[in-house]
Amino acid sequence: MSKKEWPLWEVFIRSKQGLNHKHVGSLRAADSTMAIENARDVYTRRSEGISIWVIESNNVFANDSSESDALFEPADSKIYRHPTFYDVPDGISHM
Amino acid sequence: MEKQKALYEYVLRLADDSLILGHRVSEWCGHGPILEEDIALTNLALDLIGQATSLLNYAGELEGKGRDGDALAFLRYEREYKNLLLVEQTNGDFGKTIMRQFLFDAFRKPLFEKLQHSSDQHLAAIAEKSLKETKYHLKHTSEWVIRLGDGTEESHNRIQESLDALWKYTNEIFYKDDVDSVLIAENIIPSSEEIKAEWTKTINDVLEQATLTIPSNNWIQEGGRKGFHTEALGYLLAEMQYMQRAYPNMTW
Repeated sequence: MSKKEWPLWEVFIRSKQGLNHKHVGSLRAADSTMAIENARDVYTRRSEGISIWVIESNNVFANDSSESDALFEPADSKIYRHPTFYDVPDGISHM
Repeated sequence: MEKQKALYEYVLRLADDSLILGHRVSEWCGHGPILEEDIALTNLALDLIGQATSLLNYAGELEGKGRDGDALAFLRYEREYKNLLLVEQTNGDFGKTIMRQFLFDAFRKPLFEKLQHSSDQHLAAIAEKSLKETKYHLKHTSEWVIRLGDGTEESHNRIQESLDALWKYTNEIFYKDDVDSVLIAENIIPSSEEIKAEWTKTINDVLEQATLTIPSNNWIQEGGRKGFHTEALGYLLAEMQYMQRAYPNMTW
């Protein structure tokens, strides 16, 4: 018997209310068809979604976490990039 | 045969197919070959038991003797169960479970497609709801039959053995007696010829893709629709009914 494991897939689900697909987890499957069926059974059994995307985890590229300082910290001191310096006139709700 | 009696018998047959197969598949819970498939099988078992609940409750109403779905599920004797011999067969390996389910789903899908237009409204409503579940079951089992059949040498040989072992029970799927004739005349159920044509097409298509061969041995075995079962059913009922037999009327 082969001990080789099936490839890992990342699963993205779009909920009824949501506009975008959200990452919900991962699973193993032999190919994309079975990955979608497995995602249906594992991640939508409580009506969580109306659309499923799967992508082989091999195809996901991530940043190097040791470079976090260089990548993300410079933004911390640039508070002027947030639109928080405007006075919102009275009577404007939902802001 | 009177229509009401025929309908009771027919609904009981559908119900028992769902109940017994549902119980069989539920035996996989916690034992699936991989986590993903364990959940898939459990979902499938729950769908079948849900169908059995609706059908058995309806059968109880038709019978009119005050028995509800629970009484019919748990308090009958072996000879009173009218399920197909196919569905009571033991799980075997994963391939055998999948093959048993595939042979059944290929029948249930066209059956529910027709039954949703039944002149009996209650049966039509149950069929419409069950059809959506059954379409997925058939898709899932077809994909697996193809992958196991057209997979490795070992998976091919093992699922071919399962097909060989189960084939003799498939003729009974299209068993027909007075019950069917009465209901066909009333437009309550479709003729078995219509269903058989679709079943045969699905079986041929999928088995061809799976590189599997239909056994040439034409030995057939049947009896389930009349209450004559294989050895397998008694053990299943002993486990399924234990709680109600040991503690009558218990609930939780």
